[in-house]
Formats: sequence, structure tokens, C-alpha cells
Amino acid sequence: MTGQTHSPIIEVAGRGLAPIIQLIGIYVFFHGHYGPGGGFQGGVLLAAGVLLLRMTVGAENSQAHVAAKRTLTNCAIGAVIFVGTGIVAILGGGYFLDYAHLPVQWLEPAYMRYYGILFVELGITLGVMTGLITIYDDILEVDYA
Amino acid sequence: MHWQIEFLLFAILIVAALIALNLRNLLAAVVTLTIFSFMVALLMISMGAVDVGFTEAVVGAGIVGIYFVAAIFKTTRKSED
Repeated sequence: MTGQTHSPIIEVAGRGLAPIIQLIGIYVFFHGHYGPGGGFQGGVLLAAGVLLLRMTVGAENSQAHVAAKRTLTNCAIGAVIFVGTGIVAILGGGYFLDYAHLPVQWLEPAYMRYYGILFVELGITLGVMTGLITIYDDILEVDYA
Repeated sequence: MHWQIEFLLFAILIVAALIALNLRNLLAAVVTLTIFSFMVALLMISMGAVDVGFTEAVVGAGIVGIYFVAAIFKTTRKSED
């Protein structure tokens, strides 16, 4: 399961489907304001594309897409973005994750809430995507560090 | 939502759960569990919880199946109990 598949049909199907799944993931992430979806679902879809490549073209060949040695670091960065936004809002005088109190002076509070929740969902997407890839790599003991 | 559709979904749900519990081939049990997850997602959407159903479909039918297949790859394919 860590090596490359021997069937050309599975390889071509995986290589063709993975970018489409990830494009849908990006759409779900950016459309989370207006409809169902958001950071978690978008991150899971982005991770599903990478895991499909890990299974079809092999763990070694898909390292150029998302490297196994960087996933855990990016997961920590996503968690820091999420918690850090909330703590900066506390330091600005509001509650935890109260976007209207972020120290951005040139924006109205409505736009600050708009971009604040987008920033928080960016952190969630990054953390969930790289966290799921880390779990898969740890199950199959893919280690190219 | 018509009650016939929900009844059909519940019937497929229970049958899939019982089949997944009784199968000896673990890979087939994972596929049946994916069917169970997808039926749960359709039921959630039919009750109006689109966001919960979306999460269930993406996580239960996508990622959890991959993890179970990876775990079976590391152990054995047949159940031994």
C-alpha cells in the first residue's frame, strides 16, 4: 500500500481525481460563510486528495506534493493560528475569538468579523488537512524525514 | 420528506450494520461500514442538518475508510474471533 500501484487504470484515475477533490475542498473552505461547509470539511477534502495520491502513485512519489516531514509542523502552525487569533482578540479587549476587537485599525467591525473568521478557518483547514495526512503516514510508517 | 424514503434509508442502515458485524472478511466489513456512514449522512440531510450530514459524508465515507484499510494492511485480512 505504500508502493506504487501496478494497475495503470488506478494510477490514471487517482492522478485525475485528486486535483478535482482538492478543488472542491478549496471551494468548500471559501464558501463556508454562505452555505454548508467550512474549515473542517474543506480540510478533510484537501487531505482526501493527498491520501488518494499517497495510495495510488505511492508514498515516495507523492512526497513532492505534500512532504511527510512538514505535515506535523504545519498542523502545529494551524493550531497556533486558531488559538492565536482568539488570544489576540482577548488582548484587544474582547472575549475569546471576538473578531471585532482585533487590533486592525483601518477596517470596520463588520469587515473585521468577515476577515477574522476567514483567517480562523484558514488555520483550521491547515491543521485538519496536515493532521489527517500525519495520521495516515504514522499508520503506514512512511518516514522520509 | 416522505416517510417511505426515510423508512428505506433506515432499513438499509440496519441491514448494513448487521452485515458489517457478521462478516469474516474485514475489507468487506469496511466497505459495508462506509455504506452505513453514507446512509447516516443521507438521514441527517433529510432531517435538515445539512452541515452535519456533509461532515458525516466526508469523514465517515472518505477518511475513516482509508484509515481502516491502512490498519487492515498492517494486520490480517480475516477476522479470527
